[in-house]
Amino acid sequence: MLIAGFLALACVKLLYLPSYKSTDFEVHRNWLAITSSLGVQSWYHEATSQWTLDYPPFFAWFEFALSKVAVHFDPEMLVIKNLGYSSDKTILFQRLSVIVTDFVFAVGAWTCMKNMHNLKSVQARGPSRDAAIYTLLLTNAGLFMVDHIHFQYNGFLFGFLLLSIGAMMQEQYLLGSLWFCVLLNLKHIYMYIAPAYFIFLLRAYCFNNSAFSITRLVKLGSLVILTFVVSFGPFVNQIPQVISRLFPFKRGLCHAYWAPNFWAVYNLVDKALTIIGKKFGGDMIKIPTATDLNGTQASMTGGLVQDIEHIVLPSVPPLATFIITFLFMVPCLIKLWRRPNSVNFMRSLTLCGWSSFLFGWHVHEKAVLIMILPMTLLAVISRKEAKYFLLLAITGHFSLFPLLFPHQELYTKMFLHIAWAFLAVKMLKKVHKCDLLTLAEKIYLLASVIIFIYSEFIHFYLPPHLAKYEFLPLLAYSLYSALGVISTYVRFYKFFLSQ
Amino acid sequence: MLNVDYALLFSVSLILRYGVSLWPYSGEGKPPMHGDYEAQRHWQEITINLPLDQWYNHTQDNDLLYWGLDYPPLTAYHSYLVGQVAHRVNSSFTELHQSRGIESPDHKLFMRLSVIVADLLILFPAIRFFCGSSLSATALLLAIYPGLILIDHGHFQYNGISLGLFVISVAAVIRNCDVLGSIAFCLALNYKQMELYHALPFFFYLLGKCLHQPSFLRKISKLFVIGVSVIGTFVAVWLPFFLAGPYTTLQVVRRIFPVDRGLYEDKVANFWCTIDIIFKLKQNLDTSQIGLLCIAATLLLSLPSNLHVLRYPTPRNFVMSLLNTSLVFFLFSFHVHEKTILLVAIPAILATSVLDKKSAFQRYWLPWFLILTVFSMVPLLVKDGLLLPTIASTVFFCIMYGNLDQMVSTSSSPLNERMSSPLPVEPNSFWIQLLGFSQVVSLCGACLLTLLHEVYPPPARYPYLWPTLICAYSSLHFLLFLLAFHVIQFSSGVTVSYSKKKL
Repeated sequence: MLIAGFLALACVKLLYLPSYKSTDFEVHRNWLAITSSLGVQSWYHEATSQWTLDYPPFFAWFEFALSKVAVHFDPEMLVIKNLGYSSDKTILFQRLSVIVTDFVFAVGAWTCMKNMHNLKSVQARGPSRDAAIYTLLLTNAGLFMVDHIHFQYNGFLFGFLLLSIGAMMQEQYLLGSLWFCVLLNLKHIYMYIAPAYFIFLLRAYCFNNSAFSITRLVKLGSLVILTFVVSFGPFVNQIPQVISRLFPFKRGLCHAYWAPNFWAVYNLVDKALTIIGKKFGGDMIKIPTATDLNGTQASMTGGLVQDIEHIVLPSVPPLATFIITFLFMVPCLIKLWRRPNSVNFMRSLTLCGWSSFLFGWHVHEKAVLIMILPMTLLAVISRKEAKYFLLLAITGHFSLFPLLFPHQELYTKMFLHIAWAFLAVKMLKKVHKCDLLTLAEKIYLLASVIIFIYSEFIHFYLPPHLAKYEFLPLLAYSLYSALGVISTYVRFYKFFLSQ
Repeated sequence: MLNVDYALLFSVSLILRYGVSLWPYSGEGKPPMHGDYEAQRHWQEITINLPLDQWYNHTQDNDLLYWGLDYPPLTAYHSYLVGQVAHRVNSSFTELHQSRGIESPDHKLFMRLSVIVADLLILFPAIRFFCGSSLSATALLLAIYPGLILIDHGHFQYNGISLGLFVISVAAVIRNCDVLGSIAFCLALNYKQMELYHALPFFFYLLGKCLHQPSFLRKISKLFVIGVSVIGTFVAVWLPFFLAGPYTTLQVVRRIFPVDRGLYEDKVANFWCTIDIIFKLKQNLDTSQIGLLCIAATLLLSLPSNLHVLRYPTPRNFVMSLLNTSLVFFLFSFHVHEKTILLVAIPAILATSVLDKKSAFQRYWLPWFLILTVFSMVPLLVKDGLLLPTIASTVFFCIMYGNLDQMVSTSSSPLNERMSSPLPVEPNSFWIQLLGFSQVVSLCGACLLTLLHEVYPPPARYPYLWPTLICAYSSLHFLLFLLAFHVIQFSSGVTVSYSKKKL
């Protein structure tokens, strides 16, 4: 079933080869060119293209390995100067590379599925649970949209996360840590969930049977340090440069397409209060001029990224977002410390990712996958979690729609989203043998149709004085999804703490 | 209320269809004639800009040599409807004369969506109607069969409409709603004249049912009612042309049945095309002799399965006869296109509803046949630039077929939670093993030929080597299948009683 499922999905992905691809395609082509043409010492200094290398070294080595195959497809793509090069063979190669490396994801999903059998706290058993885990992970519509159309390697990366979780389920803590360290050195965004790992490993592994074991700590520590040394070793002379590439803070509080998180709502409230303030308390607040408003409005929504000044509400510096994020992580980490088992580990992991999605600095809407994918594993454990998963995943995938903006992709994303939603509802209903969503929740999910119809169709037929507010569709998507994402966060958090 | 199983099946089917539609259509980027896509667009242009009596006539405004209408009136009406929408979306799509050869991403999206809409309105409801409320193998196979997807959403055609109407008619007639069935079939026939391939079994099955009526009065009245509905449907469809005069009406007939065309165009997996490799028919016989030979062969070979249905008019025999007759027509009749194999593939899939699912048919013959139908169209698909979607959709189909039990059983009771059946499974007999082995070898051969066709240029002396080999390979297999399917039809076998299925 592992191979059959993977191959079947690969066929569907292959059909969508001619789809729209985002600038991320060029980003990766550029990295193929950099790693294949230049020596290791120049990888993090090269800046011919604006898409400089900003992933950790292991990913650079990954691109290097890919470039060895790429040369057989079209050597021209490996020339750094060929900015924006996208011949048919290039597209074929790049798309195929994503499809093939998804095998890591399939193996990770399979491992988790198998290792779930060992968990004593899990009630639902049987082939329907196995089928649900494996199928819902592999067919995840959000992953399909982001990886195989927009273009990224998230399947490959999340494969390592799943392998790590799978190992943790088997109490193979060192192996689990190894996978996670590899993952961190592939893409550092997974730092967001590192606190869960830290607490869990400390409690479950180092405090072996309530006795603190120094040997274990040393083993774990050396493993982590060793991985980082292998990764950063070749770049030991350029650590500051690498760090500056990995953590660029010139970017703004919100990404170009507003991720449905707390700050999106915060920005909106600030805007609304500004407008209200202007109408009622004119001389109490510094009134931004028309150009100011248009300027900030345009920059927040026009796709440019920069620091945004808030007018009514306090401005939010990056440090504040870190502190707030961390504060929100603390309760679930404490719970994990008290009851360290694999299931709680998965729950805290999800919640850590979720907290950083909601309160983090410059969060991509794609980051919603960091909650959805691990939560797929939790969905088969209890009915409540299945419900939260459905709400999160369906809303989360919907929030990715603005990423695929061309007309052609409108139907792609619609069909993918609808099919997966039906699949998830059907498979989870079979696992838990009951209806999972209440009427109110179903209505909320169905309301997405209204948002969709407005944002994709109606908005363009509005009279000009309304249609010029190009950000309204994005706002609609963001607010609607934020409602679901934030409310489900609160409910899931309460659920976890009450376990 | 909402059947989640069907919703899931159809949305997956839409994913496949839309994925294929991202690829090139027939004649893309190939002026001046382009292909079927441009033909369909041209028909929209003609039907909305010109009066009805000029649609099929060669006039100053309507050059019949440039994709003149050659399908019956329902296609023309459909083109008119789509053309009206096209005109409102973007008038340049259907501007008389100016819009010839128009190619743009917007236009492509519009045309592709029109096929999807046709499937949503006709094909999907037909599948649901045929298969009833619980998802069956038949429904799954109809929804993901790559041949139909590649031709309709890749090459570009509207077979979903005529085949959808066909499926509705078969379902109706099996359920003894003969009037509905007759009307639906006549509509299918009036959409594409190739549905005549299915006409004989309908005729003999309905006649057989009439003859089996208890009393003479019943027999006559049933015959009468069916006759009236057939004639009525034809009159309703052709009325505007009758009113335009006898010349116009005859002109339509002349366009639909062009008797001056050759025995075959391109390479087709047809008996005559294969024979032609050795024995040059066109050189030894003249056109009318060839025509006579075709008609005689076709009718003679159709007789056995149809007489069987007349004598024993059961759903099982009817569906098998549809399969056998259409295969005979494909192999032996005049001017066959490789796309017409779809008319054989669909009844083959419908046969899964009347045969046992553990039979050799569903386990071996059917998948083998269906894959070869796609293979037989490979030269056409490669010419359109659709090789990758062909491979992808066919491999996907095979994987789904191999796991049919798991797919379909998910909709039934929790009793299916058991991983394996408690009943002992009989080991396969020698013949079954031989069948399985032959199937694998044959499919490997097909893959090899496809690879060679794509990768290895043919020698200068035989520029059409690979298409010819592919066609010959396919037609020999089809002849084998013809024999096997006849044997299956005539063997008593295990019949699944087709009582009134829940709608």
